[in-house]
Amino acid sequence: MSTATVTIGHSFGGRVLPLAGVLAAVLAVAALAGARYGLLLLIGLGFGITLEGLRFGFAGPWRAFILRREPAGLVAQLVAIGAVAAVAMPLLASHPAEMVGAHAPVGFAMVGGAFVFGACMQLVLGCGSGTLVNAGSGNAVSALALPFFAIGSFAGAYHIDWWISLGTAPPVTLSGLFGTAGGVVVTLFALAAVAMLALLVAPAHARRIPARLLLAAGALAVLALANLVVAGQPWGVVYGLGLWATKGAQAIGADLSESAFWSAPVNQARLDASILTDATSLTNIGIILGAFLVAAWRNGLSSPIPRLPALAWASAIIAGFLLGYSSRLAFGCNVGAFFSGISTGSLHGWAWFAAAFVGSCYGIRLRPVLKLEPRQ
Amino acid sequence: MSARATIAAVVLAALTAGIGLDLAASEPLNPYRAPPLIALGSGQAAGGAHCTAVPGG
Repeated sequence: MSTATVTIGHSFGGRVLPLAGVLAAVLAVAALAGARYGLLLLIGLGFGITLEGLRFGFAGPWRAFILRREPAGLVAQLVAIGAVAAVAMPLLASHPAEMVGAHAPVGFAMVGGAFVFGACMQLVLGCGSGTLVNAGSGNAVSALALPFFAIGSFAGAYHIDWWISLGTAPPVTLSGLFGTAGGVVVTLFALAAVAMLALLVAPAHARRIPARLLLAAGALAVLALANLVVAGQPWGVVYGLGLWATKGAQAIGADLSESAFWSAPVNQARLDASILTDATSLTNIGIILGAFLVAAWRNGLSSPIPRLPALAWASAIIAGFLLGYSSRLAFGCNVGAFFSGISTGSLHGWAWFAAAFVGSCYGIRLRPVLKLEPRQ
Repeated sequence: MSARATIAAVVLAALTAGIGLDLAASEPLNPYRAPPLIALGSGQAAGGAHCTAVPGG
């Protein structure tokens, strides 16, 4: 067999077939469940391709900034959030009956949950979106953490009313405080101030933001706005994962009537319906498939499993569970709370950012202790 | 098949199996009862099943 034949064969089997399979899945969902659901799966696919293809993340850039004062990834995140905020906040104000923002209250458990999430996302080097992307591209630590992330999300939601009772303020939005235009201006100013601070403390050689990251920020902003316009709610991750585990628990006979969250009518309706009609589940599935596609396209599925001691694997399981549990208490992860919360004007998004960032500083220190990386 | 490809295949297989089990246990899909393609301009309220949802919220 000639080299050209082998190359064409590999190109077809390794690149064209997975893409054709995924697009067939999108069409099947659109035909069997409804056009909106097919479109949401396609948007999720876009998220996955953007995040994996342009190597845009959340946990990694925070680590790079905390350890080496490299601001590029963090600034790109803030650019994406600002671009969404400039459009999303006026849209939400003009269509309050059709769309909701990622608005949630600030409270003791919310702040504590964000702190724990920040620490754990540094342990497994994967946040809400990152764990999905990494699992889809064959990362063993994330693939192990993902099911426990879902179980933790189920458990956190099950107990959330008790955690809220510890002390929670009413939800506050910047649009509510300053009006729609004022809320946008304050949000953009605050994002710019954080970006400027990050650039200011960075070494001079690290201040340039690569075009790849700006391109990814733009693509994520477009996709997040598409998510809002199509689903009527912002991009999220954790709800879908918790829903999957809750359906599993229900299937093996768990009693959900004691949970104020899962027995609420809106969540009961989600439990009765297929996950192929749930917006967050569909974008989660799309992210996994998109990351897999990119990894297959660039032959990124060929690296070996890392050799880690048992302590590291056990830590990945516990961190995965805590990622899910804490993100329910925090009313979202890096996507639902940080990205979508801030970009739709919720004060809890800013509280999440601060608490998770401090948590990340501790998580980075803990990573070598738990043998997830060699000690420096 | 490399180790990383094996893990990705396991993840995709688990995802496919999970969707299959969910379809078997959930209400049947009905595209004729699906919401409009785009929420914006549809006149329908958003579902509220989101990460920021609170009990009874």
